[in-house]
Amino acid sequence: MKDADIKRLFYVHIFCIVSIILTTFIPSFFLEDFSVLETHLTWLCICSMCVAIINVVLYLQVKPNPSSKRSSIFHKISRLLKSCVYFFISCLLFHAIIVLYGAPLIELMLETFLFAVILSTFTTLPCLCLLGPNIKAWLRVFTRNGATSIWDNSLQITTMSSVIGAWLGAFPIPLDWERPWQSGQRKGCSYEAGDHRIQAPSAGEKHRLYPVTFTTIWNNQRVTHQIFLALETGWLWCPLQITQPSHPPASFLKYTILT
Amino acid sequence: MEAAFLLLSHPRGEGRTPQLLPLGSWDWGPRPTDQRRASEQALMTGSIPGFIDVVMNFNSPVLLEDNLIGQAKAAGKRVIFYGDDTWIKLFPKHFVEYDGTTSFFVPDFKEVDDNVTRHLDTVLKREDWDILILHYLGLDHIGHLTGPHSSLIGPKLKEMDYILKKIHISLLSKEKEASLPHLLVLCGDHGMSEAGGHGASSVEEVSTPLLLISSAFHRKMGNLQPPKHVQQTDLAATLAVGLGLPIPKNSVGSILYPVVEKRTMREQLRFLHLNSVQLSRLLQENVPMYEKDPGFQQFKVSEKLHGNWIKLYLEGNNSEVLLNLGKKVLKQYLDALKTLSMSLSKQVAQYDMYSMMVGAIIVLEITILLLLSTPKALCQNAAFEIPLSSSSFSLLFYLMVLILSAVHVIICTSAERTCFLCSISWLMAVGVMMLISALLCVIVALLTKTFENVRPSAQNLAASSSGWSELDLLILFGTLGHVLSLGASSFIEEEHQTWYFLINTLCLALGHEVFRNHFLGKDLDHNLAVEQNIKKNAKNVLQYKNDYVDVPETSKIYKASSSMELLPKVYEKWLQLASPWFILICCRLLRTLNQTGVQWAHRLDFGHWLTSSDHKIELSVLTCLSLIMIFVLVQRRCSSVSKVAMALGLLGVFCYRAAIGNVLLPWQRDRKSISKGIIEARFVYVFVLGILFTGIKDLLKSQIIFADVSIKSLGLWDIYNGLVLLAALLLRPHNLPVLVFSLLIQAVMTKFIWKPLKHDAAQVTIMHYWFGQAFFYFQGNSNNIATLDISAGFVGLESFIEVPALFLTVFATYIGPILWAIHLLSFLSSENNRSSAISHASFCYALICSIPVSAYIILVTSLRYHLFIWSVFSPKLLYEGVHLFITATICVFFIVMDQTNLIKP
Repeated sequence: MKDADIKRLFYVHIFCIVSIILTTFIPSFFLEDFSVLETHLTWLCICSMCVAIINVVLYLQVKPNPSSKRSSIFHKISRLLKSCVYFFISCLLFHAIIVLYGAPLIELMLETFLFAVILSTFTTLPCLCLLGPNIKAWLRVFTRNGATSIWDNSLQITTMSSVIGAWLGAFPIPLDWERPWQSGQRKGCSYEAGDHRIQAPSAGEKHRLYPVTFTTIWNNQRVTHQIFLALETGWLWCPLQITQPSHPPASFLKYTILT
Repeated sequence: MEAAFLLLSHPRGEGRTPQLLPLGSWDWGPRPTDQRRASEQALMTGSIPGFIDVVMNFNSPVLLEDNLIGQAKAAGKRVIFYGDDTWIKLFPKHFVEYDGTTSFFVPDFKEVDDNVTRHLDTVLKREDWDILILHYLGLDHIGHLTGPHSSLIGPKLKEMDYILKKIHISLLSKEKEASLPHLLVLCGDHGMSEAGGHGASSVEEVSTPLLLISSAFHRKMGNLQPPKHVQQTDLAATLAVGLGLPIPKNSVGSILYPVVEKRTMREQLRFLHLNSVQLSRLLQENVPMYEKDPGFQQFKVSEKLHGNWIKLYLEGNNSEVLLNLGKKVLKQYLDALKTLSMSLSKQVAQYDMYSMMVGAIIVLEITILLLLSTPKALCQNAAFEIPLSSSSFSLLFYLMVLILSAVHVIICTSAERTCFLCSISWLMAVGVMMLISALLCVIVALLTKTFENVRPSAQNLAASSSGWSELDLLILFGTLGHVLSLGASSFIEEEHQTWYFLINTLCLALGHEVFRNHFLGKDLDHNLAVEQNIKKNAKNVLQYKNDYVDVPETSKIYKASSSMELLPKVYEKWLQLASPWFILICCRLLRTLNQTGVQWAHRLDFGHWLTSSDHKIELSVLTCLSLIMIFVLVQRRCSSVSKVAMALGLLGVFCYRAAIGNVLLPWQRDRKSISKGIIEARFVYVFVLGILFTGIKDLLKSQIIFADVSIKSLGLWDIYNGLVLLAALLLRPHNLPVLVFSLLIQAVMTKFIWKPLKHDAAQVTIMHYWFGQAFFYFQGNSNNIATLDISAGFVGLESFIEVPALFLTVFATYIGPILWAIHLLSFLSSENNRSSAISHASFCYALICSIPVSAYIILVTSLRYHLFIWSVFSPKLLYEGVHLFITATICVFFIVMDQTNLIKP
């Protein structure tokens, strides 16, 4: 049972990683002028869409314990609606948190919101898929030592790693390297801020780093996410851990601290 | 951007047409050139001011270095000066006539200039001077007050234009009878950043225009050339050559070639030769291997060529050959000058490595000592012993002292450059050596002790490390991350971002904790019981954790017994849940008030909007509201006497702000009489001192008479309130909301987070420290000298008096950290159920402050050849040093408070 679960989990994660990597390259065949840095908004959209679809499909396919009682259509629809509302609320919540972290309130709202959406796809969506719109279950999973199955552990780790990755992604904000990707961004951003530029000559530069920061935050988040996904799958495969999965996150933490 | 007009009788000119030589802007290079002394020094000596010159600016001592004014006086030139009195302090006996204006009272921008202009008419008619120096400060003050986009700047520039025209016309009319043309030099000594300050190294701050106007220059027909960049240090050399004076000895500048371009070839070569001889002498003095220097070699070659040229010239050869050779020599000289100048500028920074290493070692040793004693100091009885006596008699100690003394003697006898440690008396030096070796011995002793203890309990340590809460992890990694970030110049420039980020995360973590506390009480109970079991096994490690483990029970007890009867429990719960979010919103609002740092400093912020002259009414309303809020927030903990004093004091603050013209009183809308507000400020000082005095009286009472603890905490709160009142007086007009939010956040945190969640003293201390740091930046400070508000040092003072001005400036700069630290003390002392909380807090406070400082000192020592060492790292070091000094004072205060606690029972 456990082995089968781990195998399924592993495939889900592999699919996720592959899909994220593919969204970086595939769209450039269909869309002209597509690049991660220049048209980061489209890229963010595409990526979050892909990941969302893959998540939903895969998790529904491989769901560990499909509810035994066949519920009515009405019930299903209400669950779906509820999930959508929850997802939207989580987007708004992330948006609010990002603004509280210092993102401008009005200008660049779209970027901020897309970032919130992508963050939600990585955190809220798997929870919705696996646990359903059930706040009690969420609370249980996200308390320390609250995870009961390997799926809960997976949720814990992916969610935490996404959030931590996004958090660490703010790292380049203060940096002022005149890198090509930064100046390239300035070009991309200048038409957005064109109106301001007429009023104040340096208005374009003001917002220069902001979209870049988003891209890097997102990049960083993705990288951390992938690393953690890989780590997690590796850890799950590790036979030593399978034999004694009493409190995996705690032991994992202990392990890292000890080493 | 101060305008300094230097009027010089140019002694060797023949041209007649009045000319403008736009030399364009000049570069300061990445130097901290904030303060005036440094800039004048650079102008007149041609040398690059060191960072320490900026610090010394507050009481400008006499400039002893060889300089242009001194040379002029020696040559019998008569120099007249009007303007900033820093010049008079620098050159006390050099001017035949002067009128100084104090430059430190920044809010005034009319009088400073009128003081200069009123002499102009008479002095321009007279014939009895050779050099006239006018230093206009108005523009600088406007910049500091309202920034470069102020509406005041246009009229001020027009005024300057008019003055320039007046001087020029009068000089032209004078020239008709005189034989020599005049030179009019118009220059600014520094630029202005987007915020109006200066002192960093952005392009706007380091480049200013330089105009040389004289009839000696020939007009170039056609379109004007784009202005060129020259170094500020070049001016001294150019003026010296122009006036026929020796070039100042330490000048690293090279002559501005366009100035002498129209002279005969022989003269041009002579000037360049003079300049390069001076530079090469300077190089010989400073560089041991000067012969290998490319500039010196170029100079030798050009000198030889110059000799050939002279030979040809004296032979009367007037052909093309002579001209071509002359041009070649000229080019060679200019190249040599450039290279010499460059290599000299690089040479200026000399480091006293030996003293630096010794200082760094002491700092490092003390930090390690603190770190090693952490587990002991944070256990229940909060006592740790330093095995000083045993280790100071050990063999290792004597050996170390001997070795270090030997090293000291060897270094001091072989050192070529001056060294601080060698220049102090040998007794002191031996004391330093003994300190180092004693510390080392103590560390070794402690290390062996810990290793003996740790071996058996290593297993337990591992077990308990998973018992760290998220908050502990966040605090640990936040501190580590901050320390690591100090290694990069951008992170230092934007350090406020780090702190904002950290406190936001802290608030979210607290929100999570509150949430968990409320909704998962039962689960938590279970988990904590498990943890407690683990902890019981881990006997002597991290015992201090235990006093927070019993969260749910104690919080229930608290709820039942505390003062919250007024509110129904449901409300209280929701208020608790909302409080972290409320704090987050407060922080977000404060962020928009002052845009600080470097990269985004030019973004318009709310503070600029408020201080602009169009929004005076809004500012007045905001000030009024803030003062009322301060009173409401503070009066809860006041004794009745100090409540009245507080109210009157805050009223006085408003009157003071009205008097200096920041805000409008409702009944005097039109009258515009701006005074320095000395009476009002002193009125407030009386109340500040009164409240502080009441507080100290209470403290003494609690110490001498065996009164209960509440009197002591009342005294502490009174001291805190007195400091709040002083802060309200000293803060910049638009910054009062910072104080309000600080008080508000403190109140909210106390009521809804620290008390119900029962954080232990260490956690509370570190949170206080983080918030204190964040508020340092919320105030609009940065790690840049330019944001330092020196006008705070002149509140209520007629003139510059060093000690109070310094004290007030330091207090005004560090209001955030100081207020939070004192709040910590008052908070902990009013929580009387915690034993040894204050000693925990003082230890944690010392530790958390000393870790970044010691890491930073080591980083700076290793990065001393970094490009930004002067512009970024040194100011930060200054800030850190002052902060460390304040921390030390606060820790001493903590310990004194703790001692009274011990004496009493």
